Amino acid sequence: MTDARTAILGRLRAGGGEGPLPPLDTAVMERRQWPPAERVARLRRGMEAVHTEFLDATPADWPAVVRAFCDREALPNLMFGPASEAGAALAAAWPAGGTQLLPYDRPVEAFKEELFTTVAAGFTGTVGGVAETGGLLLMPGPAEPRLLSLVPPIHLALLRASTLQDSLWHAVKALGWGRSLPPNALLISGPSKTADIEQTLAYGVHGPKRLIVVLVHDLA
Amino acid sequence: MREVYFYGTCLVDLFFPDAGMAGIQLLREAGVKVIFPDGQTCCGQPAFNCGYWEEARDVARAQVALFPRDLPVILPSGSCAGMMKNHYPELFHGQPDEAEVRAFSGRVYELTQFLVDVLQVQLKDLGEPVKVTWHSSCHAVRDLGLKGQPQALLGQLAQVELAPLAREHECCGFGGTFSVRQPEISGAMSCDKAADAEATGASVLLSTDGGCLLNVNGTLEAKRSPLRVQHIAEFLWERTHAR
Amino acid sequence: MHAEREILFRESAAAALLDPQLRANFRRAMDGLISKRQAQFPDPRDLQELRDLSTAIRSRSLLRLPELLEQLEASCTKNGIQVHWAETCEQANELILGLLQARGAKTLVKGKSMVSEEMHLNAFLEANGVEAIESDLGEYIIQLDGETPSHIIMPAIHKNKDQIARQFSQKIKDAKYTEDVDELTAMARKVLRQKFLEADAGLSGVNFAVAETGTLCLVENEGNGRMSTHVPPLHIAVMGLEKVVADLESVAPLYAILTRSATGQAVSTYFNLITGPRGADEKDGPREVHLVILDNGRSRIYADPELRATLRCIRCGACMNHCPVYTRVGGHAYEAVYPGPIGKILTPQMEGVGVRHDLVHGSSLCGACGEVCPVEIPIPEILVRLRREATHSDPGSQVAGKGTGRLASEDWTWRLWAAVLKRPALYRLATWFATRLGGALPAGVPLLREWTRTRTQPVPARRSLSERMRAEGGSHD
Ligand code: SF4
Repeated sequence: MTDARTAILGRLRAGGGEGPLPPLDTAVMERRQWPPAERVARLRRGMEAVHTEFLDATPADWPAVVRAFCDREALPNLMFGPASEAGAALAAAWPAGGTQLLPYDRPVEAFKEELFTTVAAGFTGTVGGVAETGGLLLMPGPAEPRLLSLVPPIHLALLRASTLQDSLWHAVKALGWGRSLPPNALLISGPSKTADIEQTLAYGVHGPKRLIVVLVHDLA
Repeated sequence: MREVYFYGTCLVDLFFPDAGMAGIQLLREAGVKVIFPDGQTCCGQPAFNCGYWEEARDVARAQVALFPRDLPVILPSGSCAGMMKNHYPELFHGQPDEAEVRAFSGRVYELTQFLVDVLQVQLKDLGEPVKVTWHSSCHAVRDLGLKGQPQALLGQLAQVELAPLAREHECCGFGGTFSVRQPEISGAMSCDKAADAEATGASVLLSTDGGCLLNVNGTLEAKRSPLRVQHIAEFLWERTHAR
Repeated sequence: MHAEREILFRESAAAALLDPQLRANFRRAMDGLISKRQAQFPDPRDLQELRDLSTAIRSRSLLRLPELLEQLEASCTKNGIQVHWAETCEQANELILGLLQARGAKTLVKGKSMVSEEMHLNAFLEANGVEAIESDLGEYIIQLDGETPSHIIMPAIHKNKDQIARQFSQKIKDAKYTEDVDELTAMARKVLRQKFLEADAGLSGVNFAVAETGTLCLVENEGNGRMSTHVPPLHIAVMGLEKVVADLESVAPLYAILTRSATGQAVSTYFNLITGPRGADEKDGPREVHLVILDNGRSRIYADPELRATLRCIRCGACMNHCPVYTRVGGHAYEAVYPGPIGKILTPQMEGVGVRHDLVHGSSLCGACGEVCPVEIPIPEILVRLRREATHSDPGSQVAGKGTGRLASEDWTWRLWAAVLKRPALYRLATWFATRLGGALPAGVPLLREWTRTRTQPVPARRSLSERMRAEGGSHD
């Protein structure tokens, strides 16, 4: 449709966008900052307000914390990305028996139905968190496929306290997202929810019904 | 002696002359000489809002010509003050007399604005205890930018209790030609405003704007409500003068 | 999509006012949204700074619009997103149908997209043998009833849960009657997850398109947007051409003010950034991503320096939530894809200002919309401008249908009005008559008849203020 393209751009150019660009005063974004320890508390408050659950862990014991959760919930299985750093660490520490670890290691077409119907939970890492409002930053990709954090009814996400950013605005800068991005990146602040029926909040509408953050306390 | 111009506005002229007189008296009492040029009609807002800008300009021009001296122009209406202050410059944009009109617009004040911000009047309440409610006209607040001056004046009156409306900032439904072009919606809004006012338990609803007052009053009368409406200028004058 | 005849907002609004259930549903919902938004902006200074920043970002995007669109196209293409341009809704529909047919796609799951509503895409696809399934819960609810959205963010806000319960029990297979919101939600989840699993293609709107990185930003709470864009092998995104923003840094403030203004949330559940189809080693995600950029009258709006502000809109819906008219008549009364204040300025510019003349007068110009708009669109001023356009054919104006709403009777009324009011002697005469006879006007005269539907007849004072001041004499200049 080069015709439509030419016509549209021609009209826009003729319409004229002259004039100086108004300045951007970003002070209101800039000043949203907190000391590291407070960031953790803020993120937690923000996310708990929208029904996110938290599990506290240390850099050493987090795989055991994940396992204990699975045992407690009697989860039949947990899907993970074996090529990711967090996934590999989880698999290495996973005791035999009980909840079965399922690797997401082939194209989804091979097991789409199974993913939708039999996988009980998905485990992913994160690349950071957002203190201001609460929220996890994820960069799905070959090692951690996109649907791990979306299709299973429970999403377990590993978050290191040291990776928290003040706000999404700060995170975009810190992570260099403004310059280049993988095919998919996202922010998640809680389990999927809707208020489309009489403004009444209901959780677990299309995506995960529960979001469990495994919070690794690794601040010095 | 400080001098000001007074612009009555068409609605006050025709329907609320007592409010206009009260406004003039309040200014005089504050030691101001009030000049009321003869020949005032309407600020032109109805035509302006309907897109009839040439007609609005003709009328506006006739008004501006009545206020040649560099004196404040005081209006007992937030809506008309907003029109003269903020919309005249747009209306005259590119016209030969734009500069003159802009200078005029810069001198425009709503009455309570002038009483509080410039004259810093102190009122003494001489009336009986009374409960009132306040309707903040949309144009007074959003167009003109009135920020609590009427409430500040009412707050000076010891015996006056101000019972706020549940939806103080919601439009009363007047909207000029809107009231007759969309009478059903306008009527529904007016009825809600009247009900809100009644629910406050106040005996009088006050406002800075003749349009709102005319509308709410007509609605209250139609439902035979005992609640009265009054222009704030008239109310302030009455409270500060024993009858 | 130009309307042929004049559509009277007054009539549909009057009908809506007679439905107490509808009015109660809207009032309750809007009150909730207003207080939730209020709670998100505790500091007026912060709010104003954020509005100023957001306005500046959107204004800058528009000032550089052609250049940013070209940059967006180049970045997307580099990322493997195929970009298409459509001048009209018809073109966009054909384009999408072509993409679907070429891949043998029979079912399309849709995330929420107002542009696709603007295109009437569902009806078009159905007519051409493609099933289009709305997956946003609100959209799904209204699709079951063959309705259109009554709000741009909460499409089913006009319905209460009894109505939805009845509808689900009748229209969803094996569904029992329940008014429990969690159970109703679970029913929809079950039906729609199957649809996501099976769909041949997914469609979404775009909240912001980032020119620098070629990224499509999607804001949502339900996860249906992610499902629609990540599960099927083909993802088609549609956007109005105004949605482009220079860089991702500029998106952060817009996102912050969007969710807070829209639903009073500091953050949405998901903020999804799509920068390409499934990568070489990726195991999921769509194989193809297409972006359709739609004009549909926007470039004409763009050409007018004042009306261009309309295109700053980020579709938060705050203007409708705060509108005293919308609150009372609901979204359907507007008979337009975009209801409420933004619809009142957008619809006439798209469909013609003459046929939608009544819509631009359906406002008391109270200014509540402009006051809350996160990108400071002067909606009341634009309404006044469009009232002008409807009745005048100013040279240089590009407004669709300009001058076609002109009525000789209205013309004469204003001419007479001006003739009297610019001549003090005539005004004096008129007020003299009004003060002496005003109360005696017959109630049936046209404007008075409308006024007195809900009000008593206004009675002029016995002596006008001017008359009294003239009698006083002293203070004349
Ligand atoms: S006009 Fe402003 S308030 Fe209305 S939807 Fe658009 S951005 Fe939101």
